Amino acid sequence: MRTRRLSPGRILAWIYLAVILVVTVFPFYWILRTALSDNYALLGNPSSLLPVDFTWGPFARVLGLASAEESIAEGGSGATLDLGRYLVNSIVYATASTFLIVLFSLLAAYAFARLHWRGRDLVFSLFLAALMVPGILTLLPNFVLVRDLGLLNTFAGMILPYGLFSAFNIFFLRQFMLGLSAETEEAALIDGAGRVRILFGITIPMTSGPITTLSILGFIGMWNDYFWPLLVTTDESVQPLTLALAVFKQSSPQSQPDWAGLMAATLVAALPMLLLFMVFGRRIVNSIGFTGLK
Amino acid sequence: MTLLNSGPAPARDLSTGSGAPRRRPASPSHRGDGPLAWVLIAPALIGFLVFAVYPTLRGIYLSFTEFRVLTPPKWIGFANFQELAGDPVFWNSLRVTVYFVVVAVGLTVIAAVTTAAVLHRLTSSTVIRGLIILPFLISGVVAATVWSWMLDPQLGIVNAVVHAFGGDGVQFLTSREWAIPSIAFIHVWKNLGYTAIILFAGLQTIPPQVYEAGRIDGAGETRMFFSLTLPLLKPILALVLVLNVIGAFQVFDLVSVTTKGGPANASNVLQMYIYSKAFGQFDFGYASAMSLALFAILIAITFLQMRLLRANESEQA
Repeated sequence: MRTRRLSPGRILAWIYLAVILVVTVFPFYWILRTALSDNYALLGNPSSLLPVDFTWGPFARVLGLASAEESIAEGGSGATLDLGRYLVNSIVYATASTFLIVLFSLLAAYAFARLHWRGRDLVFSLFLAALMVPGILTLLPNFVLVRDLGLLNTFAGMILPYGLFSAFNIFFLRQFMLGLSAETEEAALIDGAGRVRILFGITIPMTSGPITTLSILGFIGMWNDYFWPLLVTTDESVQPLTLALAVFKQSSPQSQPDWAGLMAATLVAALPMLLLFMVFGRRIVNSIGFTGLK
Repeated sequence: MTLLNSGPAPARDLSTGSGAPRRRPASPSHRGDGPLAWVLIAPALIGFLVFAVYPTLRGIYLSFTEFRVLTPPKWIGFANFQELAGDPVFWNSLRVTVYFVVVAVGLTVIAAVTTAAVLHRLTSSTVIRGLIILPFLISGVVAATVWSWMLDPQLGIVNAVVHAFGGDGVQFLTSREWAIPSIAFIHVWKNLGYTAIILFAGLQTIPPQVYEAGRIDGAGETRMFFSLTLPLLKPILALVLVLNVIGAFQVFDLVSVTTKGGPANASNVLQMYIYSKAFGQFDFGYASAMSLALFAILIAITFLQMRLLRANESEQA
């Protein structure tokens, strides 16, 4: 298949692929190019392919390193933005959510896959039903609930509603555990090991592949989450990067936004995902194909 | 349920495991399982009951109430739904949302199928597939911000390209006729690669012999795409289509960052309108009623999905 000559059709296909790739990747370059430009200089030369009047200024502005005067001099709004704090919030939110949801899903999956108990099939089918029901209806009532619990503007309020239960994770892990041979576990049982020790000592290590997959996909989802944090947080001490960036964008002046600063902020918000991609790229690609399951 | 065996280790373990004979005489070791099982599922069960079941029921209840958050909800029967039926902004939002879904999902799926097929026939490069899913990794807020800049009427690079080809500048996100197509384009940009990779994984489950047989019968690439690839891909395609539709119906962050629903409600999608009713005007009862309407639409689509998938399963047998 690979050694065939280049037919016109294949050339056309390569051209199509090249166009898709350029359109996909170009905006990432454009973020970088704009973020390294002087905002005033951009006005005069908006479509130069290289940074215009190269400067680190935009990054200094959004990382809270520039004074108001410096910021205004370079075309910023003068409002100081300190993305560092939001970065920490995002890391806490995404890491804690991902850790909890994967851990709790593992525990539940084990109970469904390996233990025999009354009510198992009933509870499992209820959980499965949740897989089919769209979550849209729960957003507003969950906000009211979190407010009633006094958890607005707390990490607990952000994490708990979607950090305890994931029908998809449980189903996915249970399917995998059912496929594992139970012999090692049975042997350990006969040797007198307890169930909990077997779970953490044998089953979880054998499930490391799917755990990594779900952790990566979960982390990406939580890192990029916008709507839920928007509902339950108003205080910048807990708000994630997505919110800070959205506010920064929405409050930019209509006439002359600080595009260079905005792109610097965008890059800061996207950078951890891009790093994750460089480390786990192949794994992420395979994970997406692998989870094409519902 | 379809599980795409795209190649990573877990898939292989699955197949060998299920082939082994299953030992299932309730061995004595299972006797004390009950209490431990309930401890293990407790967090998930609490999450399920408190943050999924209860809010769903409460959401339905709130739809029938006048509820302004600070005072307790007051039962008003179907009044919210009557108001909804006569609310021109709601109908506009529904129309705008459907318009968005049709354009965004239509383009995403067509481009993703093409991309997946091209990838499948041309290259197995993980680097190319990796680059294609890059936009999936970033948030809608990031995507919306960078495209706001690129689509800026005066300074944006896209209009610079349009001018270079002799066209007139387009008011992408600031005009009524272009707002939704522009946001739909950003949505396609963000979701194309992800969708293509899922379809690509589906394509890899098609045995190469199928294509060899096709070639022996004298079929060209185009013919094979329509007569072999598409039909074999149909179950996954149905799934991808419906998941995309459900996702697109709930579009929010792209709109919130680019246009905030404007100009003049031209991009005021349902989720945006629900949000502004609830958190702009604190009309939670009315917002809940709209959520319930959107919920009903999505349930109908999910139901349709099940029908589609089932139809395809029987076709394959």
